[in-house]
Amino acid sequence: MTGGHAGRQAYTGVPRWLYGLAVLAALVVVLPLVAMVARVNWANFIPLVTSAPALAALGLSLRTAAASTALCIVLGVPLAVVLARGRFPLLGLLRSLVLLPLVLPPVVGGIALLYTFGRQGLLGGAIEVLGLQIAFSTTAVVLAQTFVALPFLVVSLEGALRTGGQRYEAVAATLGATPGTVFRRVTLPLALPGLASGAVLSFARSLGEFGATLTFAGSLQGVTRTLPLEIYLQRETDPDAAVALSLVLVAVAVAVVALAYRRPGGRGPDGKAGKQASGERPTTAAGAGGALA
Amino acid sequence: MTFSFQAAVAERGFDVALSLGPTETVAVMGPNGAGKSTLLSVIAGLVRPDGGRAELNGRTLFHLGEGQRRWTAPHHRGTALLAQEPLLFPHLTAADNVAFGPRSAGTPRRQAMEQAVRWLDDVEAGDLAGRRPAELSGGQAQRVAVARALAADPGLLLLDEPMAALDIHSAPLLRRLLKRVLADRPAIIITHDVLDALMLADRVVILENGRIAEEGPTREVLHKPRSAFAAGLAGLNFVVGTSAGDGILAARGHIAGHSEDPVPAGRPAVAVFPPSAVSVFLTDAHGSPRNSFAVAITDLEPHGDQIRVRGGGLAADITPAALADLGLVPGMTVHLVVKAAAVSVYPL
Amino acid sequence: MTGSRKLTALLLAVLMTAMLAACTGKGDADAGSGSSTLTVFAAASLKSSFTELAERFEAENPGTTVTLSFAGSADLATQLSQGAPADVFASADSGTMAKVQEAGLADGGPRNFATNTLAIAVPPGNPAGIRSFADLAKAGIKLVACAPQVPCGAAAARVADSTGTVLSPVSEENSVTDVLGKVISGEADAGLVYVTDVRSAGARVKGIPFPEAAAAVNPYPAAVLAGSRNKTAAGRFLDLLAGPEGQEVLAAAGFGPGPA
Repeated sequence: MTGGHAGRQAYTGVPRWLYGLAVLAALVVVLPLVAMVARVNWANFIPLVTSAPALAALGLSLRTAAASTALCIVLGVPLAVVLARGRFPLLGLLRSLVLLPLVLPPVVGGIALLYTFGRQGLLGGAIEVLGLQIAFSTTAVVLAQTFVALPFLVVSLEGALRTGGQRYEAVAATLGATPGTVFRRVTLPLALPGLASGAVLSFARSLGEFGATLTFAGSLQGVTRTLPLEIYLQRETDPDAAVALSLVLVAVAVAVVALAYRRPGGRGPDGKAGKQASGERPTTAAGAGGALA
Repeated sequence: MTFSFQAAVAERGFDVALSLGPTETVAVMGPNGAGKSTLLSVIAGLVRPDGGRAELNGRTLFHLGEGQRRWTAPHHRGTALLAQEPLLFPHLTAADNVAFGPRSAGTPRRQAMEQAVRWLDDVEAGDLAGRRPAELSGGQAQRVAVARALAADPGLLLLDEPMAALDIHSAPLLRRLLKRVLADRPAIIITHDVLDALMLADRVVILENGRIAEEGPTREVLHKPRSAFAAGLAGLNFVVGTSAGDGILAARGHIAGHSEDPVPAGRPAVAVFPPSAVSVFLTDAHGSPRNSFAVAITDLEPHGDQIRVRGGGLAADITPAALADLGLVPGMTVHLVVKAAAVSVYPL
Repeated sequence: MTGSRKLTALLLAVLMTAMLAACTGKGDADAGSGSSTLTVFAAASLKSSFTELAERFEAENPGTTVTLSFAGSADLATQLSQGAPADVFASADSGTMAKVQEAGLADGGPRNFATNTLAIAVPPGNPAGIRSFADLAKAGIKLVACAPQVPCGAAAARVADSTGTVLSPVSEENSVTDVLGKVISGEADAGLVYVTDVRSAGARVKGIPFPEAAAAVNPYPAAVLAGSRNKTAAGRFLDLLAGPEGQEVLAAAGFGPGPA
């Protein structure tokens, strides 16, 4: 295990027995996926995944995930900036509350949304007055997805903002830039990698959202039945279709995750992609060194 | 007067008053934690003082306390800040960095870029215009940062140890550049380097524990330091006491010296003498008009081609040969001897 | 070296113990050798009636313990095909039972012991004023039904076909529980579920029976499983279901009589 790629770095500092457990951990994740792939009915794969309900579900999933990601960006960026830069009492409490959907079972999220936006809910009356119908609509799907995905964007972006520090913003202000200009030309561009990976994570989370959607939005082909709901339904009668669609969802998720983790790390096998990233580090690292005051 | 300033920040024990003429450059020096960076942060508007008032070119930067609550936001102050690190915006090219100030002031992009190129040429960085900060060396980046600060056309330039992060090859170039650009504009520069103070500043302010310990023309402060810190900068031995006859009465006894103007007895006064005038003896060699101090050696360190002997808060420079002859080691008790003629005495 | 080897062994031991502990949880059921255990896999809608019948069965057959496992019929069938040990399978539809039979998991033919018919469930107070099956097709009525892929949805489709009504539900759920949930929360004006579901929901919904439901009477088949180690007791349990005592309990829950 040490001989293979010892060319560059001989010492790794990883005890040998750790590899055994690491392999075990990888198996826990990979083996079920392999088992699923092994069950795919390849002969009928194309007809299964291109059936009208399947295509409708995939299309709806991609559309709603894109919409909720956009909503996450619009709502999450201001929230992350306030959490990272704001100084007011109960900030810590606000942060904990905002992150709650990360640990909440999605069904609970669905119930909470129901009691907020549902007909009998907190805002139900007001929404009905506006002539809007949220229950059983695609809007409900987007809301459910936004609810569960927003923390991913906020956490990711807030982390980037905190790591970046405020020194660039202070310098920009002393150069005469208004807070608006500082936000637009300094804060946002510097946090862009964090924003991008946060958006990708939000998209992935939206794509996989199931529990809250089922509880809050219902399940109707082309309107609220996203890919995970379609898989859940197909499982009742047509396990082959469920497995085939699961594979499609896994493929989309893998593509999204690959996209997310190729960006900030930039560690290509030959270090080519990493050059620019490592070149930019010193300035940023030095910048984060300490506060001006 | 271009700039007047008085502010207190209670939680940092900071209370400083300062003023600057139209083209004056003041060097702020002092030990770590003396409040130097706080001073710049308060002027730039990044830290809000508990009370005080400051004006720049007739505009009020802040006026707090005395029933007043006036506060100008940082971006309206015209006090550009140049820090130890260049802090160039990493996502912008050198030219875009320099154009940042003008564009923030509303200058159209094309015009701002023209100005940026002029300023880059001015700091001998015209060929770096298209580069990203990651592609610049430390010295290059700091020159671009100077251009960026100047391009914002600040009423007052604030420099926080601009040379500290540079290697010995880049520092002289930047020092020359700063000497040129600071000549005709008001600036406050924090530095640890006495050379910067001498070359760039008209006046030096010594901060200690959040207060001004001493201030005056750089040359005078170095020549006749009135604070231990300034004496350290000038490389002089510095003993505080009260005037008595031709010398002073200090904790370690009477120190004989000479003064240009007679000092009335009983006044706070200092005795100052260079380490080069101090000799080291193993035994006490009394004899007027000499001063002799028995001290335990704390440190021996090379100093130019001499050896600096430290002990009892005093320093003496001797030759390596003398060091070998005397067999000095830290902990040893020796006698530091200085002639009265080499000791200058003046009131504090 | 020995230190790391010990640690590895320890970690592996912990893993093994955890796995064994997880496995034995299920293993206990058929391990009892002295007294016999009867494991019954039953559709979720049978929960209340089967719980009562199991108690009566235990009383009549001293020494026999009945273990009940309730879930959706399709889920139970999947578990059986994966080798879950059980003696009796009671399904909420014949399609699922047919699959279990095809897989060779059943011992002998199934017996229909009950029937279930659809009913309309509305929130208490019936805000949308639903009175008949035809009302469900009215514009603006938010109807929630089961998806056609699940038995209650298939039944709803059969009723709609037989009456020529075109239903356009706002949501097609996976289970009657999900349908009931939407009615109880007031999001839906009406839901199509079984009479027994309305009965078990109590006061949280109001049930509206409708004559058209006769077009889709859903039989509940039960069968002794091929893997059973206690086929005699399993047969007796089926007898109890079909007998007067069983029929009485099932009728009380809203089930119709099983066609002999």
